[in-house]
Amino acid sequence: MAQTPNKPQVRKRFRCDSIASVPQFTNSPTMIVMVGLPARGKTYISKKLTRYLNWIGVPTKVFNVGQYRRDAVRTYKNFEFFRPDNEEAMKIRKACARSALSDVGTYFMLEHGQAAVFDATNTTRERREIILSYAKDNGYKVFFIESICDDPEIIAENIKQVKLSSPDYIDCDKEEAVADFLKRIECYKVTYVPLDDDKDSHLSYIKIFNVGSRYLVNRVQDHIQSRIVYYLMNIHVTPRTIYLCRHGESELNLVGRIGGDSGLSPRGTQFAGALGKYIKSQSIPDLKVWTSHMKRTIQTAEALGVPYEQWKALNEIDAGVCEDLTYEEIQANYPEEFALRDQDKYRYRYPKGESYEDLVQRLEPVIMELERQENVLVVCHQAVMRCLLAYFLDKSAEELPYLKCPLHTVLKLTPVAYGCKVESVSLNVEAVNTHRDRPAAPDEPPCALLAPPSRHTRVQPMASPTPTRAPRLQDLGVTSLSLEVLQSQDTTERSVPHPFGIKLNLNNNQFSFSHF
Amino acid sequence: MRGSDRSLNTHNESQRVCMTNCPTLIVMVGLPARGKTYISKKLTRYLNWIGVPTKEFNVGQYRRECLKIYKNFEFFRQDNEEGLKIRRQCALTALNDVREYLGVEGGQVAVFDATNTTQERRNTIMKFADQNEYKVFFVESVCEDPNVIAENIVQVKLGSPDYTDCNTEEAIEDFMKRIKCYENSYQPLDEVVDRALSYIKIMDVGRRYLVNRVQDHIQSRIVYYLMNIHITPRSIYLCRHGESDLNMKGRIGGDSGLTSRGKEFAQCLNHFIQEQNIRDLKVWTSQMKRTIQTAEALSMPYEQWKALNEIDAGVCEDMSYEEIQDHYPQEFALRDQDKYRYRYPKGESYEDLVQRLEPVIMELERQENVLVVCHQAVMRCLLAYFLDKSADELPYLKCPLHSVLKLTPVAYGCKVESIFLNVEAVNTHRDKPENVNISRLAKEALFTVPAHQ
Repeated sequence: MAQTPNKPQVRKRFRCDSIASVPQFTNSPTMIVMVGLPARGKTYISKKLTRYLNWIGVPTKVFNVGQYRRDAVRTYKNFEFFRPDNEEAMKIRKACARSALSDVGTYFMLEHGQAAVFDATNTTRERREIILSYAKDNGYKVFFIESICDDPEIIAENIKQVKLSSPDYIDCDKEEAVADFLKRIECYKVTYVPLDDDKDSHLSYIKIFNVGSRYLVNRVQDHIQSRIVYYLMNIHVTPRTIYLCRHGESELNLVGRIGGDSGLSPRGTQFAGALGKYIKSQSIPDLKVWTSHMKRTIQTAEALGVPYEQWKALNEIDAGVCEDLTYEEIQANYPEEFALRDQDKYRYRYPKGESYEDLVQRLEPVIMELERQENVLVVCHQAVMRCLLAYFLDKSAEELPYLKCPLHTVLKLTPVAYGCKVESVSLNVEAVNTHRDRPAAPDEPPCALLAPPSRHTRVQPMASPTPTRAPRLQDLGVTSLSLEVLQSQDTTERSVPHPFGIKLNLNNNQFSFSHF
Repeated sequence: MRGSDRSLNTHNESQRVCMTNCPTLIVMVGLPARGKTYISKKLTRYLNWIGVPTKEFNVGQYRRECLKIYKNFEFFRQDNEEGLKIRRQCALTALNDVREYLGVEGGQVAVFDATNTTQERRNTIMKFADQNEYKVFFVESVCEDPNVIAENIVQVKLGSPDYTDCNTEEAIEDFMKRIKCYENSYQPLDEVVDRALSYIKIMDVGRRYLVNRVQDHIQSRIVYYLMNIHITPRSIYLCRHGESDLNMKGRIGGDSGLTSRGKEFAQCLNHFIQEQNIRDLKVWTSQMKRTIQTAEALSMPYEQWKALNEIDAGVCEDMSYEEIQDHYPQEFALRDQDKYRYRYPKGESYEDLVQRLEPVIMELERQENVLVVCHQAVMRCLLAYFLDKSADELPYLKCPLHSVLKLTPVAYGCKVESIFLNVEAVNTHRDKPENVNISRLAKEALFTVPAHQ
């Protein structure tokens, strides 16, 4: 077995931090602080970056101060709340920021977080000083991301995509909302002090100009900041669509065997033809087609009659000693391994093979290039497709290995607002089902084979955690108000929804995008 | 890798995403002693290693060949018409060679290393690129720190052919005057005037970067690389795990533990590292028993990289060369024909290994003092990166057991010290045999196999 050396259970692996695929990114937690006027893409960047960091294994969470404000001030009246001379509101806003900062501390100290994205305008020196002070006191690193944009078209598009449907403007019509929001921006402009290349030369930051045509990067301190910069410099907002599908049904699929490198079955070949037709019907401009190095994806792409590129990184998960076996054979020959896998399918590594966790590391360059590209069709494999899907749909390590990616079905992903619209298109060619659900009650492994601690050394949430429940206004110690505040006696636990979440129904082939 | 030509035709077995359709011309910009040649050479080395055929064209070199003897800084005076004519001619000759390289010779990237400090010169280059359909990416190095400049001069200018017959003070003085000649006409890339250009401005040796209009994948990779390198003095130690059980038996791959000699080596390594008294040393291993056991003997924390695992020999794992010859004689011969690109059935090639190791190299660039305990094929790949070895040389680099290679960056390259830690071990190096034909006899194939149990 290609695992760590046999050591008595007692001896702690104190010398080695982790045996995940790559070493630690950073020692101290990092606060990523957004800076910029409203409608400059801060929340878009915050959410996207958080999703990426979680996917590559860095526990990250967004703290959106606007959300704290909405929870504190139940009803938003109009832009006057944001006037710089509105002292009451100023107090509330400051309290919200402090509350969010405190939650950052909790996230780092008690929830094993490694990065926190502080999503607010942070447009004054004073506010940034508070944050820097807080970070310094607690030994956190700080990295600023400032988004600067003066292109009125981009701002208008932002407002349309994400502001009009904000809870703040639920009862307004479009023109009212836009007019109010523009006045809101003006309130901030008065006091906006951008990061200064001279005065702030000792800080670590990236300035993004006009959605990425130019960047200024100052004092990158460590690996994680370098990765963040690289990621930010590769993402774009040009509309495009990503198509994900598996190869057509293969010979090994038909006999229920995993892995291997077999060719397409007759139905698989039929699917390839149907895929070609479907792609043509979509009339996609400049479509790039990617496959793995394995026969079955290549044969599928061949039927499309267009150039395609092969990525070794897209090869199916290596099942090591279990390659070419059926699940029955695995159960017969490696029952303990089989059980261990069911206990932690994400981190479990096949002997002489790979884990889903390894797969994610292997696929990171693919994701990076997908971010750079526009329209792409990726013809890949079950485990690979699950990993890619988990990235786009922000799925956790627990969910990822059980995502449904049936044969002969194309998933069409279109970025919209803060997330991704998903359409599932079944191409109407029958195929075997290769999906193995999470067993109801995983078998207890024999005592002698209790997983050695080395298998689970790192906390690795895969998806962005749900936003922290923000305290009510009363809790913030603000007493007299000239604003309307709902004094609710409701004590039932109310979960704070993602303001711009995506609801997916994966049970049937109907996917809907809902905005709540 | 030099010699590892990447086919641009996306329809066949290309290993990676096609980087770009048209060739890229990287144009350095900056006053003398700002690190342009350092960056050019390093970047070229990196791009070749990851498989992008790249070559640098140093205009100063063309000038030296043209002029034969360098007298003094007066050659570079703005009012020296003769000088200007010659320099312009050299630039044009270099551009011609660029065209030759990117066209006929199949190059993908050319690095045009010169000061290129005037808009006029840059416009000439861009027109040239336009005519030939090259993408242009500027790399400007801006630095006003007198210490950095002085250090540069000491490291690479004093040893330049221009100053062979001068003493240190004379050389420095002349060079400073040379810089002055350029300063007056220097027009840095301008945020407004040059906003349509693609470039990165590196300020103060990497404290700050300005990146404008990255056009494609290769430029994005170049920017990422440039933002990760540094010039802080440091050393990189490369070694293999101690001798393993499978090594003794002449078998490849697998995941065996150390022999007693291997354990002895681990102890010696510990001593050696202590003696070296290295500041803040990071230790990296693979996730295989033999490297981990080796690192355990060092009294310090270490990190495990799956990417540092030995090359996967697929169906040949755990076999001896004799057994491979027995079971897969054809594969064995094919491997000898092209050891760099050959992929073991269900396994990997050296070419795959390089791709796998790229994040390790990137992190090595970011770090300072590091000890990497790895494996034969892996060490060959890493060494080839640092010492700029071609795809043909790489699989035959000598990386014996129980030896530590200490790499120290100096001037434009890397100083290498090999330290044998005095613990005997089997030899695992198999030279390329004379006969690589599929039809060869077993004994011809096994001729170069080293002795084992």
